[in-house]
Amino acid sequence: MLTKRIIPCLDVNKGRVVKGTKFDNLVDEGDPIEMASFYEKEEADELVFLDITASWEKRNIIIDLVGKTAEKVFIPFTVGGGIRNLDDIYYLLRAGADKVSINTTAVLNPLFIREASSKFGTSTIVVAIDAIRTDSIWEVVINGGRTRTKLPVVDWAKEVERLGAGEILLTSMDKDGTKDGYDIELTKTVSEKVNIPVIASGGAGEPKHLYEVLVNGKADAALAASIFHRRECSIPRVKEFLKQRGVEIRLTEKKGEGCEN
Amino acid sequence: MIVIIDYGMGNLKSVENAFTKVGYKTIITDDPNQIKKASSLVLPGVGAFRDAIKSLRVKKIDEELISAIGKNKPFLGICLGMQLLFSFSEEGGLFKGLDIMPGRVRRFSSLVKCPHLGWNKIKFIQDKFKRNMSPLFLDIPDESYFYFIHSYYCEPDNQKVISSTTDYGSVFPSSIWKDNLFGVQFHPEKSSTLGLKILKNFGDLSKC
Repeated sequence: MLTKRIIPCLDVNKGRVVKGTKFDNLVDEGDPIEMASFYEKEEADELVFLDITASWEKRNIIIDLVGKTAEKVFIPFTVGGGIRNLDDIYYLLRAGADKVSINTTAVLNPLFIREASSKFGTSTIVVAIDAIRTDSIWEVVINGGRTRTKLPVVDWAKEVERLGAGEILLTSMDKDGTKDGYDIELTKTVSEKVNIPVIASGGAGEPKHLYEVLVNGKADAALAASIFHRRECSIPRVKEFLKQRGVEIRLTEKKGEGCEN
Repeated sequence: MIVIIDYGMGNLKSVENAFTKVGYKTIITDDPNQIKKASSLVLPGVGAFRDAIKSLRVKKIDEELISAIGKNKPFLGICLGMQLLFSFSEEGGLFKGLDIMPGRVRRFSSLVKCPHLGWNKIKFIQDKFKRNMSPLFLDIPDESYFYFIHSYYCEPDNQKVISSTTDYGSVFPSSIWKDNLFGVQFHPEKSSTLGLKILKNFGDLSKC
């Protein structure tokens, strides 16, 4: 049986891991390569690097980081943040990234998904969807949550699948940073409407939340950041929690320390 | 020297990094002469079957590969690199492969999500005396997890070449082995410690 994946997300600014995705008051959390190696040992199933560097030197810093990570880390990793054209994707993949995640560019130019997936293979293209709950539906937001699009999330998810995305990274902007659980209804709705894997993101605060989104929310993978970075809960502890409750999970060594829950 | 064949598809750097990590030097090349001189060969690959086979033919690598495999050089096909060995693939139509391994490459049923993406177990195929196990799996525990990412799987005509199977809705061959020829549907270069061990095992074979 295919296992559910646990994915730590590292927000990277100018080559360092920082706290949160907010652009002001960035707090340094560590060296990305050291953290990535640590998470590999903890049996993270994949990693996501989200580049939030907002400057002209951006591309070289992240490509250098990807190259160094690929020399030391032997689990798959996805890189996202500010990808605008096929060249951006080419250089990231060539440096050693396994997948790239496209967000705003995909919404502004949906055919970019098709171009990218036919050039680099469906399995390398992740489309990140940021969702906000409005009256009765979820709406796609772009530019890091600052711009609403009126595009219904479910329609967009089906469209990105049709255009050749291999996977969806679905973030609830309502839940992001709250630590009171993922948006189960959103995740379940999207996961049932598409035939590609869905990574749930936004709201992880304790192992129970990951269980809920993987089982009730039907997510194929759960992404979390601060609970892992702050060691509020270790990956082995989360995996043990899931395994004890019958979730298929990759867990070879029992460690299970470092959790308050 | 282990030669990693560059035919313009996929993440070659990761395969090179993984061999370096386990102490083996590699060359990434698309030069048929270098391929001729190789002690062993690795054919990685991510992407579409049709583009890949076309690229192998245009670069005239296909004939060198068939010749090297005929000379008993250890050969490892990873993911698409394994699928290319087969007679036909149903990906995007019906395309002829290298036809070194009689059989077909088929798509997963629509009952499961595609791609098959993530960590799944491989179950060794061996007889009851635990003989005939692929030398690639030396010191690898049965039913270990490896990282997969693919929408198509191989179906060899000769069942005896299947060295492991994996369950994804239905049971499919996740690796093959015949003499010097090895194929893995998963990505050892992305499967952490156990994946690196498989690449080391392959490197060790090349020394013999």
